[in-house]
Amino acid sequence: MDYGPSERPAGATPLPTAIKILVAGGFGVGKTTMVGAVSETRPLRTEEVLTESGVGIDDLSGVESKSTTTVAMDFGRITISDDLVLYLFGTPGQDRFWFVWDELALGAIGAVVLADTRRLADCFPSIDYFEGRGTPFVVAVNCFEGAKQYRLDEVQAALNLDPDVPVLLCDARRRESSKEVLITLLEHAMKTRDARRTSD
Amino acid sequence: MTVQGESAEHQWVDDHAGPVVRPYAVTRGRARPVTGTFDLISLVTATRADVSAEIGLGPEHVAIVGLCQRMQSVAEIAAHLDLPVGTIRVLLGDLVARNLVQVREPRTSAGLPDNSVFEAVINGLRAL
Repeated sequence: MDYGPSERPAGATPLPTAIKILVAGGFGVGKTTMVGAVSETRPLRTEEVLTESGVGIDDLSGVESKSTTTVAMDFGRITISDDLVLYLFGTPGQDRFWFVWDELALGAIGAVVLADTRRLADCFPSIDYFEGRGTPFVVAVNCFEGAKQYRLDEVQAALNLDPDVPVLLCDARRRESSKEVLITLLEHAMKTRDARRTSD
Repeated sequence: MTVQGESAEHQWVDDHAGPVVRPYAVTRGRARPVTGTFDLISLVTATRADVSAEIGLGPEHVAIVGLCQRMQSVAEIAAHLDLPVGTIRVLLGDLVARNLVQVREPRTSAGLPDNSVFEAVINGLRAL
């Protein structure tokens, strides 16, 4: 995509760059909690209003007879510097909103898939989605109190993950832990990109 | 955060009932912006400090310009004004057409950013 209609004096300070990371996983796994733990403000919520057809609405006459759905996304902002901003988007959980995922995943540098070992299958759709798209991702096992602790290699095997995909434990409520997950993802995304370049 | 035009926003919004005005009423029925695509993380900066004297702008346009005195993403504007993203895109199209905001689109097709961006983000996160 080209730059927007902003002025761009030659040799000036770098242009502002926004990057995004997605936080995915099943319902109630702690996506918004993680977004809030590392963001500079409480998580914000943005909504897309969709009609049943979802796309191609030029003419609004008769819209009142179509059923509309609101898809909410929670997100947070981390200002890295004056010209670099990181956004974290929690993905909407319902499978029927895949096209919202497509919009979110476009241009994302990577994704965190949050997993709960009591309901491991809940994160399968997210893993399938990012594998299919080729989006770099890590799996972060959110350690809920009272949940049986599994070894990371057991989780890796249960999810049938590529051995290169990092799997780590985290506590999504804690900033330090969530930071570590994001840093692991960024390092993994860099490696993935370099590996793709050499194989091209 | 103090937002210029926030009072105008609250005039229209009831926390319990949801927005009193239907989303596309503030765009006068338009579902698509006159110009631009506006990704969720496109960064918007106002080019002017105050546009309240401009003819033909609604309170939401004025609120966006007030908010974008500091660079904001499309998603943030939608969240702060409590309007759907589609509505915000239409309003931003109006503002771009009048050169009242500058929009920086993210790189979406160029693949992953280079190492300097990754390293800056990693260092920035460590410093949090």
